[in-house]
Amino acid sequence: MTTLVTHTFWMTNRRLKVLVKQPALVLILLVQPAIWLFLFGNLFRRVVELPGFGAASYLDYLVPGVVVMAAVSSNMWAGMGMLEEIERGTMNRLLTTPVTRSAIMNSAVVEQALSTAVQVVAIILLGLIAGAEYPGGPAGLTVLTVAALLLGTIFSALSNTIGMLARQRETIIGINTMLLLPLTFLSSAFMAETLMPEWMRTIAAANPVNWALDAARAAMSDDPDWATVLTRCGWLAAAAVAMLLLSTRTFRAYQRSV
Amino acid sequence: MSDAVTAHDLGKSYPGGVRALDGLSLTVRPGEVFGLLGPNGAGKSTTVKILTTLARPDSGTATVAGHDVLRHPERVRRHIGVVAQRPGLDPMASGRDNLTLQGRLFGVHGRELHRRTGELLERFDLTAAAGRPTRGWSGGMQRRLDVAMALIHRPDVLFLDEPTTGLDPEVRAAMWAEIARLAAEESMAILLTTHYLDEADRLAARLAIVDEGRIVAEGTPAELKGELRGDAVHLELARAADEPQARQAIGAVTRLREVSFDGPRLSARADDGAAAVPAALAALENAGIAVATVTVARPSLDDVYLRHAGRRFAA
Repeated sequence: MTTLVTHTFWMTNRRLKVLVKQPALVLILLVQPAIWLFLFGNLFRRVVELPGFGAASYLDYLVPGVVVMAAVSSNMWAGMGMLEEIERGTMNRLLTTPVTRSAIMNSAVVEQALSTAVQVVAIILLGLIAGAEYPGGPAGLTVLTVAALLLGTIFSALSNTIGMLARQRETIIGINTMLLLPLTFLSSAFMAETLMPEWMRTIAAANPVNWALDAARAAMSDDPDWATVLTRCGWLAAAAVAMLLLSTRTFRAYQRSV
Repeated sequence: MSDAVTAHDLGKSYPGGVRALDGLSLTVRPGEVFGLLGPNGAGKSTTVKILTTLARPDSGTATVAGHDVLRHPERVRRHIGVVAQRPGLDPMASGRDNLTLQGRLFGVHGRELHRRTGELLERFDLTAAAGRPTRGWSGGMQRRLDVAMALIHRPDVLFLDEPTTGLDPEVRAAMWAEIARLAAEESMAILLTTHYLDEADRLAARLAIVDEGRIVAEGTPAELKGELRGDAVHLELARAADEPQARQAIGAVTRLREVSFDGPRLSARADDGAAAVPAALAALENAGIAVATVTVARPSLDDVYLRHAGRRFAA
């Protein structure tokens, strides 16, 4: 266990050192959600006037939506990093050292989680500047961040799995392009669930993106519903662990193909 | 100590029915440089991948540093250093960072890590460049760092998979000197794959020729060449007029076979050229015949390859 932690630490350290050498990348991570916040905030401002929407300010409603969308969209590219490791030969080098296999996967997920956390904080601050209110206070915002990180872990581990198995950029690009919008719109990210058609609501109930939003919205209201927060975060955590384990299993398939 | 590497009857096919290994067996003794020689696609890299725990064989068994590669890959990994065909460096990280991380993954820490890193950078002449990202480095420098990384934890067995492929002749010569020095100074076994005959001849104490996934010949370079029916001996007489007497005198030297004369020049084969030459010279001297030049040519590994693989060596 200590080896796993030590190895994950040094492997994450290795990735972060590279990340900070690419300031343009960090900037894009921050600008992208700002654009979404601005666009969706203006485009959909008046939907709160629809009967039954159930929120007073669309900006308040939008912040968690943009947070989860950012978490999904940045984490789902993690597999590209795995492909790069394979192509550069660093993967094979690592696999002949005693490094714990799961540390290789976990470090990619931790790196993504750290940049997701930075994004989440930036979106919360941008919302604040634009006049959003967070009645749930720090506790609500913490839940929002935790839910976004768990959701991000599910998608980065999934992306790593796809990268290791498919070994092609096109597969990751195709799957991501196909998934991002349906996953976001089959959730309460931009539109209240009460206004969705019945069949959409059924699908949304099984959508991890929606679990994250349920948890965040429940915690961020002026009367937090902790039961919902706990169950949804529990489901997210279980899915995240399952995806991490699955991603580590892909080394067996890799070993057969190498 | 037991053998550094043993492989027994390894078989492996890749998807699509490519038979990479077809019953390959080999043994590397502790402290020796063992060369695996063969053309591209012969199965050299697959063998290295299996022995370094990267790939799994379909059949057969192997041990490295006394540990079974299939049952205890994690133990094997602690004892090996690997220099793969592709460098596998982090291009954005500095040379020192690459080396330091490698050490940490092997559990080398603190002062020992610092000392070892500095020592290896110095030894491979990389100290000046150590702070710069490796993507700007020359191929030769990257390869040297690669070797340094493989050595950071003082492995028992070092794998060098075509260590000089793609290098300039000059850099290759330097790499040869480095490998020869490693073999002499460190008490580790080295398994070297190459498709260069001269490289195998020069570096390996013992070598095996791989062809189509199996070993077709094995021995020291000298033994393998000795299997060919001997060395070529060439002698030139000082006076062409001595030829008839020379024929008679040489005819009595039993160590020489297939003697032929072309004017003052004599060609023959001998099982052991070094022993045959003094005998021939003594016989000629007794007959009062002066000799201008003598050369003995050992058969090349190219000849050995031709004999065992049934075709000329073309890498």
